[in-house]
Amino acid sequence: MILGILASSQPAAAGDYESIATVTVGSGGAASVEFTSIPSTYSHLQVRVLARSDRSAGVDIVSLRMNNDTGGNYADHLLYGDGSSAQTDVNTSASKINIQRLASDNLSASIFSGFVIDILDYANTNKYKTIRYLGGFDANGSGRIGLGSGLWQSTSAITSLKFQGLEYSSNYKEFTTFALYGIKSA
Amino acid sequence: MPTTYEPIATTTLGSDTATVSFSSISGSYTDLVAVVGNISATVGNTMYCRVGNSSVDTGSNYSYTEIFGNGSGASSTRASNTSNGLLCGDTTVGMPTGTSYATLIFNIQNYSNTTTYKTAISRYSSPSTVVQATAALWRSTSAINVIEFRIAPSGSFKSGSTFTLYGIKSA
Repeated sequence: MILGILASSQPAAAGDYESIATVTVGSGGAASVEFTSIPSTYSHLQVRVLARSDRSAGVDIVSLRMNNDTGGNYADHLLYGDGSSAQTDVNTSASKINIQRLASDNLSASIFSGFVIDILDYANTNKYKTIRYLGGFDANGSGRIGLGSGLWQSTSAITSLKFQGLEYSSNYKEFTTFALYGIKSA
Repeated sequence: MPTTYEPIATTTLGSDTATVSFSSISGSYTDLVAVVGNISATVGNTMYCRVGNSSVDTGSNYSYTEIFGNGSGASSTRASNTSNGLLCGDTTVGMPTGTSYATLIFNIQNYSNTTTYKTAISRYSSPSTVVQATAALWRSTSAINVIEFRIAPSGSFKSGSTFTLYGIKSA
């Protein structure tokens, strides 16, 4: 697991979109990427991802847990296209949010998936937490693009995000990057 | 924490224009986001984005996978080894040519790295015709420092279309 290092030692500057932490996976790979001690001073969070798995048997799945909750408190819906048809997927009472398929070692070496994940009103203690995302990859003959939503059934403020759930005990490849941003409202 | 979402350049078309380019893009950001609004075209063809280093790549090094819904159903298609560019707009009905306008949000992650091929993910909305999402690939490990929006096989963006390029810096 790689932990995000918070850039909290720097004074806040004017602006409404700020970089909180970034993790870039090194040559050894990483089974998961985690951001901890996320401050509650923003309105929303955004995670921007470029990632690849070392699974060689097929594509992988990236998934997300909040506050290390491993209970069946998650749900998600996905609308995706694979170049042939549009399809949907759903998970309920799940132990994590399945984000989307991830490019992996069954594809050409330089192909990575891109994701933009929005985590809305993450510090609110009166609501369950909702995320939305856009993500996918193209591999010049195969690929997948998806739009999804996810739910964490908890009113706790989100203080950590763990991207793991690589379904096949695989690792994120070198050069995978997860960047966490905070968005402020007026 | 510094502000990290910065406008790099904006172009609002004063006349019909075949291509809109951003060049000499600094490599100092992590991601690029292009926001294109008031999109209207002289011909109802498809919007693409070519990218490159110093000059745009006109070779058959692009591909994409898209999903779209048009009010009747949802479908997914792809193209491989195309020279048109990274798909931005509608491949079925085509771009709006009248008084309806489309919007595009176009993301390129880690655009200046020299290790990976470049993946773009985008959302295109044309309220009168289609909503669409796309993953597109440029098969090059070169850093991107020029991008060009175009309509293929022919056509121009109409006057009033706005193109803004943002850079996002990570910690």
